[in-house]
Amino acid sequence: MSALLYRWRHLIGPPRVDIPLFLALLALIGAGLAVLHSAAAGDMRVVWSQAVRTGAGLAALLVLARVPPARLRLWAPWIYLATLALLLLVPVFGTGRSGRHWLYLGFFYIQPAELMKISVPLMVAAFLNERLLPPRWGTLLVCAAIISVPTALIAIQPDLGTAMLVCASGVFVVFFAGMAWWRIGLLAGLAALAAPIGWNFLHDYQRRRLLTFMNPEADPLGDGWNIIQSKIAVGSGGTWGKGWGQGTQSRLEFLPEHTTDFIFAVLAEDFGFVGVCAMLALYLFIIGRSLWIAANARDSFGRVLGSALACTLFVYVLVNGGMITGLLPVVGVPMPLISYGGTSAVTLLAGFGIIMSLHAHRKFRG
Amino acid sequence: MKRTPRQPMRNPLLEATTQRRRAVLAFVLVVLAFAVLGARFAWLQVASFDEFHTRSEANRIKARPIVPARGLIYDRNGRLLADNVPAYRLDAVREDVEDLDDMVARLREVIELSDEDVETFLTTVRARRRFQPVTIKLRLSEIEVARFAVDRHRFPGVEVVPYLNRRYPFGELFAHVIGYVGRIDAADLERVDASRYSGATHIGKAGIERFYESRLHGQVGVEHIEVNAEGRVLRVVGREQAHAGQDLYLTIDAELQQAVVDAFEGQHGAAVVLDPRNGEVLALASLPSYDPNPFVSGIGRQAYAELLDSPSRPLFNRVLQGGYEPGSTLKPFVALAGLELGLRTPRDTTFSSGAFKLPGHEREYRDWRRGGHGHVDLKEAMAQSVNTYFFQLAVDLGIDRFSQYMARFGFGQPTGIDLLGEASGVLPSQQWKRATRNEVWFPGETVIAGIGQGFWVTTPLQLAQATAMLANGGVQRTPHLLRASQSGFDAPQVMEPVAPPGEPVVSSPAHLAAVAEAMVAVLHGPTGTARNQLAQFDLDYHVAGKTGTAQRITRRTDVALKVDELPFNQRHNALFVGFAPTDAPRVAVMVVVEHGGSGSSVAAPVALRIMDAWLRRNPA
Repeated sequence: MSALLYRWRHLIGPPRVDIPLFLALLALIGAGLAVLHSAAAGDMRVVWSQAVRTGAGLAALLVLARVPPARLRLWAPWIYLATLALLLLVPVFGTGRSGRHWLYLGFFYIQPAELMKISVPLMVAAFLNERLLPPRWGTLLVCAAIISVPTALIAIQPDLGTAMLVCASGVFVVFFAGMAWWRIGLLAGLAALAAPIGWNFLHDYQRRRLLTFMNPEADPLGDGWNIIQSKIAVGSGGTWGKGWGQGTQSRLEFLPEHTTDFIFAVLAEDFGFVGVCAMLALYLFIIGRSLWIAANARDSFGRVLGSALACTLFVYVLVNGGMITGLLPVVGVPMPLISYGGTSAVTLLAGFGIIMSLHAHRKFRG
Repeated sequence: MKRTPRQPMRNPLLEATTQRRRAVLAFVLVVLAFAVLGARFAWLQVASFDEFHTRSEANRIKARPIVPARGLIYDRNGRLLADNVPAYRLDAVREDVEDLDDMVARLREVIELSDEDVETFLTTVRARRRFQPVTIKLRLSEIEVARFAVDRHRFPGVEVVPYLNRRYPFGELFAHVIGYVGRIDAADLERVDASRYSGATHIGKAGIERFYESRLHGQVGVEHIEVNAEGRVLRVVGREQAHAGQDLYLTIDAELQQAVVDAFEGQHGAAVVLDPRNGEVLALASLPSYDPNPFVSGIGRQAYAELLDSPSRPLFNRVLQGGYEPGSTLKPFVALAGLELGLRTPRDTTFSSGAFKLPGHEREYRDWRRGGHGHVDLKEAMAQSVNTYFFQLAVDLGIDRFSQYMARFGFGQPTGIDLLGEASGVLPSQQWKRATRNEVWFPGETVIAGIGQGFWVTTPLQLAQATAMLANGGVQRTPHLLRASQSGFDAPQVMEPVAPPGEPVVSSPAHLAAVAEAMVAVLHGPTGTARNQLAQFDLDYHVAGKTGTAQRITRRTDVALKVDELPFNQRHNALFVGFAPTDAPRVAVMVVVEHGGSGSSVAAPVALRIMDAWLRRNPA
């Protein structure tokens, strides 16, 4: 027992976090809970349950901040395989309203797909750390396999939004590892050519969403409803907003999914353009600070992993913000740390735990 | 010796430079993207504020579901079997109630609420959204409605709501056919399209109500209502009518169903009456039965437990799920197999000594008459139910041909009737035994399979279908309960399409005629096992039938057991299958009387009463 404690002693001790980043995250969480209170029409049970989950996420952050990146790198294959196994269990034991996404682990539900947002970049970064950089075709092929297996499994659940994020998180690692521009251009060109083929693999509802995105007013009671109602919510917020809990779009239930995917529209309605700008500034600070920490990390592994995690957060914000303002199609991507959802909050905060650890272990120590 | 891979050296400095440069590039892109996003928000919230502000103000029309009336269920003559009657229920909206527990406590002074009602209400109200009404109590009495009306001002957020309640006027007579509807629960919402059930409280849980749920339920309507900023209803702007579910006409004849239950004279068991020509189920009874009406408004836990724990199992549908040993009622089918496969002619005889032995085996298989029946041909073997004839025939067939031919009568598989939960039974075969028990087939098992014993398990419905095939020239017709449907009371009745007939399982009508003649001898012949039963009837037609007595205990000694001396629950099941009139059969019947004793003395009279009731009222 004491031997075990000795071995893990580095996990216990004062928190080793980057104070500005940590404070920004706390501010974001606080604002998120306030918006959730408004979106859930004052139902404190929803707010409390989200607070508890965020608390668990913060605990994960503090623990991970004390784990040296080198150890994470050694664990990476096991973490990757474990989450992959969980993901494989989903089609068999999973539950969910529109497809199987959730896995019941005895006392709580998790979405293994969410965990992949950490384990895929971790695995790709750990793999690239052993290889010659910038990566060449052989290395890239292995990376593609590491990324595409979980992405495909998530896409058939079907959960296109999460699949896209998992794929992006892995691709970012490869990008930051210094993949040559001509290779990027070549692959992007090929992907553009293959897009019409991918259309055939989409589910009906996914195609409908893309078509609706092109012309939402054509179907104002069906799929277009979400986009129209969300734009009305955002637009009617005006410069200063209607006030906390005063948004009629959300309170009268015109806005769909207003505690999860469309929660940022509630924020925009309640707090107006000023509130939106404050939140975007907060996100920008968090992403920028994370990139700065990553750039100053000790080795390639830390730099590419940290940058990729920061950019994944960026994709979340961009896709969700684009969706509620009608810039992008409706894809099931939450607004990070504001949308209601446990696994997503915990994985995001765990990701920040890794970034904090990069910060804490940025220099060689005796 | 390890070979050093020939590859360029890593350059950590160069790597770091590239990676840092990319991080800076990424940050520039992030800032640009955020600028685009911010510009979009500015355009929507600042530049287009007036437009969206107006649209948000105008956004006050909400959709509210209108629950369709459930389709009615009639028998074949238009007698109403399932009805909708206006009733009142008490609903509460969570967000309008200040203190739930206090409200419930005060409400109990006005209206009688069981602890279960309260518990169900409190759990559902927490699961639903705050503005959705949740039912506290269904089917308020007139007195309760009046008492609540007086005290209504004391209960903000609680409302009396009119609705249509399902009622089964015949009570337990049709419980195993029609089933019942019940409150929608989470499991139901998993299997239906929830949007079709918005606002609905009930869903088919069993029987016809469950099987034809999608047709009975109907199309939900929408009412567009205008609300103010607090969500209060101001006025109805427009409505899209709900479409009531289809009315269904069953093949069942209510009078015959009553006659079937009367014929049992209080005994337990099951009966199926089929029209062999088309597979229509004229009556289907599983006794004892239960009253489906309490299930509609939520049967109490105690009442439900009593039904579940009752040793006579009233909730159990014996016709579909009851597994019975067919015993001697299988003999007509075995005889037909012998004729069809050319192993016997109707004149061929077998000698019954009272004890049959396989060559080289010691075990004796007995006839029911000590000393045997002597030389018997097909007709005598059937009339007297001579086991030895069928032992020898089964051995001559061999188990493989035996089970193949029996499978053609539908044994060992569900009939496909339009009810859920049908059992498959067991058709004994080598493959079955290997697959389920991983054991080889023993020759002795072929012998007893020949008289419907051993591994055999059949449902009453399977036996009824097989008997109907004998009456219908060997052609299978799928048993079904739905005859016609009607969409709205002024629409024409539309006959339901019937499943196509199967391939005939007999090659020669003469074989079928020989078996039918032998079955006639069971009742009308001088030696028939059921010859004494006809005395109480004045029949102007012939009945073909076969009795069976399925044993519940193994006979180990020569001592013939007297049924009346056995304890009740060890008595045999009495079975009868038959059809009439023999020249042009219009009815096929299967009867099983549980713990009834012998098939000839107990099941045959029940079956004869049923057939007579039908044929007298429906002359050809």
